[in-house]
Amino acid sequence: MSNWPTETKYISHATTRIDAPAKLTGKARYASDIQAEGWLYGMILRSKWPAAKILSINLEAALKIPGIKAAVTVKDGPRTIRFYGEELAAVAGTSKQACLDALRAIEVQAEPRHDFVVNEAEARKENAAQVWEGSPNSSKPQVRESGSVDTAFPECAAVVEGFYSTPIQIHHPMETHGNTISWTDDGVKAWASTQGISSVRDGLAGALQLNHSQVRVVTEYMGGGFGAKFGAGVEGILAAKLSKAAKAPVRLMLTRFEQALAVGNRPSSFQKIKIGATADGMLHAFEAENYGTAGIGGGGDGGGGGGGADITLPYLYKVPNSRVKQSVVAVNAGGARAFRAPGNPPASFGMESVMDDLAVKLGMDPLEFRLKNDPNPIRQREYKLGAEKFGWKQKYSKPGSSPGVVKIGVGCAAGAWPAGGGSSDTQGEAQINPDGSIEFRLGVQDIGTGTRTVIAVIAAELLGLKPEQITVKVGDTNYPPGPGSGGSTTCPSISPTVFDICQKALAQLQTQSGLADARGANWFAACKKLGVSPLVVHGKWQRGLSADRACGVQFAEVEVDTETGLVTVKKILGVHDCGLIINKLTLESQINGGIIMGMGYALYEERVMDDLSGVMLNPNFETYKLPGIADVPNIDIVLINMPERGVIGIGEPATIPTAGAIANAIANAIGVRVCSLPITPAKILAALGKVPPVTT
Amino acid sequence: MNKPEPENLGAHSRRTFLKSLGTVAATAATAQVTSVAAELEKVNAEKVVGPNAVPVTLKVNGQKLKLLLEPRVTLLDALRNYSTFTGAKEGCDRATCGACTVLLGDTPVYSCQKLAIEAQGEEITTVEGLAKNEKLSKVQSAFLDQDALQCGYCTPGFVMSVTALLKRNSHPNAADVKHACAGNLCRCGTQPRIIQAALKAAGVETASRTEVVDYV
Repeated sequence: MSNWPTETKYISHATTRIDAPAKLTGKARYASDIQAEGWLYGMILRSKWPAAKILSINLEAALKIPGIKAAVTVKDGPRTIRFYGEELAAVAGTSKQACLDALRAIEVQAEPRHDFVVNEAEARKENAAQVWEGSPNSSKPQVRESGSVDTAFPECAAVVEGFYSTPIQIHHPMETHGNTISWTDDGVKAWASTQGISSVRDGLAGALQLNHSQVRVVTEYMGGGFGAKFGAGVEGILAAKLSKAAKAPVRLMLTRFEQALAVGNRPSSFQKIKIGATADGMLHAFEAENYGTAGIGGGGDGGGGGGGADITLPYLYKVPNSRVKQSVVAVNAGGARAFRAPGNPPASFGMESVMDDLAVKLGMDPLEFRLKNDPNPIRQREYKLGAEKFGWKQKYSKPGSSPGVVKIGVGCAAGAWPAGGGSSDTQGEAQINPDGSIEFRLGVQDIGTGTRTVIAVIAAELLGLKPEQITVKVGDTNYPPGPGSGGSTTCPSISPTVFDICQKALAQLQTQSGLADARGANWFAACKKLGVSPLVVHGKWQRGLSADRACGVQFAEVEVDTETGLVTVKKILGVHDCGLIINKLTLESQINGGIIMGMGYALYEERVMDDLSGVMLNPNFETYKLPGIADVPNIDIVLINMPERGVIGIGEPATIPTAGAIANAIANAIGVRVCSLPITPAKILAALGKVPPVTT
Repeated sequence: MNKPEPENLGAHSRRTFLKSLGTVAATAATAQVTSVAAELEKVNAEKVVGPNAVPVTLKVNGQKLKLLLEPRVTLLDALRNYSTFTGAKEGCDRATCGACTVLLGDTPVYSCQKLAIEAQGEEITTVEGLAKNEKLSKVQSAFLDQDALQCGYCTPGFVMSVTALLKRNSHPNAADVKHACAGNLCRCGTQPRIIQAALKAAGVETASRTEVVDYV
């Protein structure tokens, strides 16, 4: 049982964002908006070769361009380049135009190499070009085995096999990666667009050989990250070096083009799956072999997990007889980074696809089949609630039985997020002034999830104040340390911390003021008794107020035009649990966002590499398609309220099941399975036999 | 379904641009003796500025800005990097994301696709110019109420697109909003809330699509 109050005024209700006015009026200053005194514009020169030996880089001509104040290389002397877009050098000048001119003036002497490989299947071949010389591209497969797979398959009443693949997905936050950095004799101050102010501080300090106290990172506002913005980054280190050389602050934000090439992505997956069930519909045997690429990361001794291309199969199902082989293959392309629920959306897509195919073969309703085999009681409840609200029984009919040219289909899928709990290292403080004003300071950052508002809501609830009476400061390494915003951990990290601060503050105020209860109506009187010096209270994360392991199931309804292959998602229903709901408004926004991102993964998004040139072909928004406002379906949300579990993060769970649910709805509509994401019109027409298959 | 755009969106529509090109071409054709290229060169010769910085005057949110800019500087660059109007955001710098949307008169434009020198003489409104005396505009208030923002980086662009929509159509439906915001991207996935906010700003309340149930 958690100690959270049960009768609440703000917790679990809807509170508008306390920082919304700043974001809506342009007052909010993002890293890319910082105009530090005398600031310079910074830009990076990148490799135009997917593989090359760099012999030398001459910056002299660039330094002569009017307005240019500094130019630096990533590394002096010869070095090896392993992907198109790898950083070579950077310049800082008084304008973007000067920097553009200077980049063109940099002389690079290089020996381009023609033995590169950007295609996963090619990279796995025996005679493939090696991304890392002397090291095989493919890691040794990791094998997990339980039961007796080889004897189990013949015991099954139905067996299906399939090859399911997922593409490289690019994070593409609306604000690109970058910083404004000022390096003076006093140290380094970085205004970073980051999800982890502490990790950026540590990364910069390490790279610049400064101690941690000489580096301060500030992130008041940042324009999205989704897992790609944790480290200092090459671009951060270059900005710092430029600042030192130019003796001026440097703002270096990546262009959209650079964003697509070099600062992370979700690894691909190629899942060969075989699965069997007994006649009563129980999963009995499972075999899978998966590989994927994390770009230049992974391969060699990566051991299946290197670079993060491993996925968990058979995902959330328990199969008594199971054998899974995983490997990672390196290619000459930008490396992977954590991306919203790493490993989970691909695993959910593969497993949920093959589950539907097996249900069809068994002649079972896919929802019934899941209820038989999903071991988790919360998801069981979610499926039943969702089915009723969605009208599953009325809507589901046999695959391909929808009449007419435009066919309707429904599908469902599930997700499981093993993390989402709090970080026990989280700390924070509040300063309570004699005039009753109060300021919370936590060294976390708001990546768009509403962190400031969560803090204000909890403090207002526990202190008997209104959220607008709480001042919240986050995003500064000078504040008590908090975790990076990853793994859906921010809310469950800060909520217990704020709880602790409030409990301590009330106890102290009681002692100092002599009032039995300092909350609400007594607040100002109690604070006044502080006299002249403010009360500063330090708090820490406490056990028992948060939990991990959120679930979620989603239902999708689609229309597929069998003449054009166009898919229109009509409706998504998300049924999610996240323990104690802190702020319903921002929670719903996060679930909407997860679903829409999952829809992009299902239908539109894919990094396209050119095998011959090694170049990424769609490093922009006109050819890398994100869901637009006209694509977005009706989204219904059911939240399972479980306050007894405490606070759980929702950012990642919400994006996991979407692609699987949409893929299953499409298969239900047209009666054939498209096994490869994104499910484009061309793939649908190919699956229907109307055009030749798509080869990539 | 989507309504067609009003015929004339002011002085900057593609139609007027094409028309002016047409005039040049027609002139060239009548001249006969002169090639089109030479004629164009003549027309251009009269207006050539740069490549060095030239004085540029912009009227932003009612305020006159006197700047010295190379002619290749975009309106977005001028706002964000040569003055303090960082409300318009740079998401792509190539007319695909809409984060840089500002109003020229009542028309929403991608400021990354307009040269600053071309925007002279226009009434330019950025997101900083919407709130009057610290009071949020109707559209801004509706965005706040509906939580139509997450990280907030695309938000100024959407706010400007919706503001422009309401100026030309005070009673839009959801399809109108989708059409008006078709040129704006949001990676956080706030679109459903943006539609609700735009409708709310037009006086139409939408019901919540969320249900909270106990785990029993």
